[in-house]
Amino acid sequence: MSRVLVGVKRVIDYAVKIRVKPDNSGVVTDGVKHSMNPFCEIAVEEAVRLKEKKFISEVVAVSCGPAQATETIRTALAMGCDRGIHVEVSGKDYESLGPLQVSKIFAALAKKEEASLVILGKQAIDDDCNQTGQMTAALLDWPQGTFASEVEITGDKVKVVREIDGGLETIKINMPAVLTADLRLNTPRYATLPNIMKAKKKKIANVKPADLGVDIVSRACRGTEWDTVGSLYEQWRSRSEHGALVF
Amino acid sequence: MANTLRKEVLLLYKNLLFLGREYPKGADYFRARLKCAFIKNKDVTDPSEIKTLVNRGEFVIKELEALYFLRKYRAMKKRYYEDGQ
Repeated sequence: MSRVLVGVKRVIDYAVKIRVKPDNSGVVTDGVKHSMNPFCEIAVEEAVRLKEKKFISEVVAVSCGPAQATETIRTALAMGCDRGIHVEVSGKDYESLGPLQVSKIFAALAKKEEASLVILGKQAIDDDCNQTGQMTAALLDWPQGTFASEVEITGDKVKVVREIDGGLETIKINMPAVLTADLRLNTPRYATLPNIMKAKKKKIANVKPADLGVDIVSRACRGTEWDTVGSLYEQWRSRSEHGALVF
Repeated sequence: MANTLRKEVLLLYKNLLFLGREYPKGADYFRARLKCAFIKNKDVTDPSEIKTLVNRGEFVIKELEALYFLRKYRAMKKRYYEDGQ
């Protein structure tokens, strides 16, 4: 049968009051309660339900981050995933880790694990990017069912009801595919203590992005600042050829 | 018989304590109330009565899980969706 990859992200708990660091360099994360991103919980729940309905045979939970990311994987295992993969990224690399790098990692893992589905939360509550799912699908050249509020598998096709502006859209896509979970997809189960104890026997593999052949260096660079629109326009005009803007 | 019941009660206590970490009014508030509730019944010996109390405890577990889910759902709905969606 088939294998599902579920991405889970460790974020600051949704109920915590966020505080900015005194030097304005970021947000206070030391000693602050972290937990699994709520949309990732919904993604895990959907994957586990698909397995319980026997549409898929194995659910693999994946998280990218420093050592503490394994706690989030343990929660996913307690919710019913079979095994976990911890992609170790720490320090400076973790600070610059964004949707593009994560989606490269997921694309590489999806190919390596021969997954038929990659299910992610639609966005993380800390960065609200809403990009990782879409980018992963693009890198894999797989169809995507984003903002899913209903998922139904028939054979090798997936029927996805999507929540879009103005209502609901139903699409039918081929597997393998990438899905991103929206709020109303399901009600995630709570990872109770007995389940967490049982999950301790499940394995979490540790890999580095380099092992997957992924380069996670962020190439984002600062742009140039202009004082006035006029000076920017002058620069463009001086670079234009035949009346067209050339960069 | 009393041994397995004792194990059940201890397991219930541990599960409730674990759940109480996320209690909105604070983990300490929860732990104090939990301890009180269990100590109040420490002299109960009738197995059927103990079973009833354990069932009540498991009901509280379900209530707590529902509470946590609703809190999170409502917070997400408020933050990410406009009124009427």
